[in-house]
Amino acid sequence: MTTLLSAQSVSKSFGGVQALRDCSLSVQKGSITGLIGPNGSGKTTLFNVITGYVKPDVGTVNFDGNDITNNRPDKVFALGVGRTFQLTRIFARISVLENMLVATQRDESWLRGLTRSKSSKGELESAMEGLDFVGLSRLASLPAGSLSYGQRKLLELAYVLVAGPEVILLDEPAGGVNLTLVNLIADKIRALNKEGKTFVIVEHNMEFVMRLCTSVTVMHQGTDLVSGSPAEVRADPLVLDAYLGGGDDPDDEAEQSDD
Amino acid sequence: MVRLKAGLWAVAFLVFALFPTVVKNPAFMTIAVYTLVYMACATSWNMFSGYSGYVALGSAAFFGTGAYTMALFSVHLHMAGGAAMFWLVPVGGLVAMVAAVFVGLVALRVRRHTFVVITIAIFFVFQLAAINMSYTGGSSGLTLPYVPWLISYFDVPFYYVALGILIVAVVLSSLVRRSRFGLQLLAIRDDEDRALGLGVKVFPVKLTGFVLSSFTIGMAGALYAMFQGSIYPQFAFDPIFDISVALMAFFGGFGTLLGPLIGALILESLQQYLTLTFSNGSLYLILEGSLLLFVILFMPQGIVVYIQQWWTKRALRAEMATPSGGAVAAPGVSS
Repeated sequence: MTTLLSAQSVSKSFGGVQALRDCSLSVQKGSITGLIGPNGSGKTTLFNVITGYVKPDVGTVNFDGNDITNNRPDKVFALGVGRTFQLTRIFARISVLENMLVATQRDESWLRGLTRSKSSKGELESAMEGLDFVGLSRLASLPAGSLSYGQRKLLELAYVLVAGPEVILLDEPAGGVNLTLVNLIADKIRALNKEGKTFVIVEHNMEFVMRLCTSVTVMHQGTDLVSGSPAEVRADPLVLDAYLGGGDDPDDEAEQSDD
Repeated sequence: MVRLKAGLWAVAFLVFALFPTVVKNPAFMTIAVYTLVYMACATSWNMFSGYSGYVALGSAAFFGTGAYTMALFSVHLHMAGGAAMFWLVPVGGLVAMVAAVFVGLVALRVRRHTFVVITIAIFFVFQLAAINMSYTGGSSGLTLPYVPWLISYFDVPFYYVALGILIVAVVLSSLVRRSRFGLQLLAIRDDEDRALGLGVKVFPVKLTGFVLSSFTIGMAGALYAMFQGSIYPQFAFDPIFDISVALMAFFGGFGTLLGPLIGALILESLQQYLTLTFSNGSLYLILEGSLLLFVILFMPQGIVVYIQQWWTKRALRAEMATPSGGAVAAPGVSS
């Protein structure tokens, strides 16, 4: 196993709030890495640092042997790191198919876009394939804003995949969607992982994480607490204390009722 | 459907092309020239602002730049008034593009309301510069070389050049709409940060759109200066222009190809006509105001979008009414 994506000793403060504190994450090639932790533990901030949306105060991010710290989001995506957002973000006023086409060429220069049509035949085919994969091809011509929340989650997954990134960061893929769809999303992730895609998943649904992930990192108060296999993490006393177990963190109750 | 659309565009083109052969009245021809100029400007404005969602209220900076380019070149090169001055029209467009690069580099760093305010501020910088610099003639403006054409014929060449500018604007806007670049602008309108995260180089894309849209606006400004025969800072750099083009695009249908054309056609011709007819009583303001209110109240997305939606609804209803038909229900992935 080789490390494909890693963050080393990343810290980030927003005013007086220290969102990340000497936080490290290591993602093995071909793994499905779960990133869990109470609300406010810095999971999404870490995603933002990795994908270039937020600049870390200190620390470095490496992808495939290259230092990508402080690269802009489009550059990070061009290198092969795709992500979804916790609150699903799609392009509401263009069609579902056009949503897919936006992402088809991750490394194309902006000048090229001026001189070519929206899509080549190959791009159109791979966009339709992507929609087929998540079961949205029948809705291709509708404006994306008319999709339901669950369908938007699927569309976001599909359009991140269409450019063929090597690693995909999913921020709560199972949040706010029903059980059937959660299972569908898990199946899709598993199928893609078999094809060699690496995943990093932030998720509060413990069953989802424990069943799907090959390794899990637990975050607490902006730092990585424990990393290991799901079984190891579940048994770790530190994790039980900070996250799954008792304690005085008001988040805990909410987390457990989610399970 | 595609053929029908192409046919309608062809008919519209013929109507505009043949208009001067039918209408000989100079007063109406003047209205027609202004209407074409505004149709071109609203279309260009919409090509950036409508597609990207960046509502710019400083387009008069480029209109004025085009106008002053025409005036300064023709005066300082001691050109003889006549058709040769039309060569300065594309020059006006190019100079406006250069100005737009610098304006865009500053203004496009901010978004939404801040962007609107910055564009207005930059527009006033242009106006103040024209008033205060010596070689622009200051507030007394510039008088262009006299164009010695007969009154009965005077408007016709201007009409066709304006039509040419309009065609450039429509073709450009339609090409942008079909291109990958246009898709990227639309993605930026819906969610700029998300687009960035999907590999869209948002800043160069925005800047290119901004600069492209200033090209035809600059050409229109150059034509306007020649048509007027003299220019003053407060009319070449006119805040009313800033608002008018935006209003026309919203009125017809923000972000659509046809909307700004319809909006400018109705609003500009109506305003010119009403000014001509009721100039003393300012009655035209009341009439135009009521029309605007009506559209804002009942068709907030603009006339074109309203008609499209009405048409789709009607088609759906017809489909539902047939026993075998029935609209395809969205598959309930999450229901």
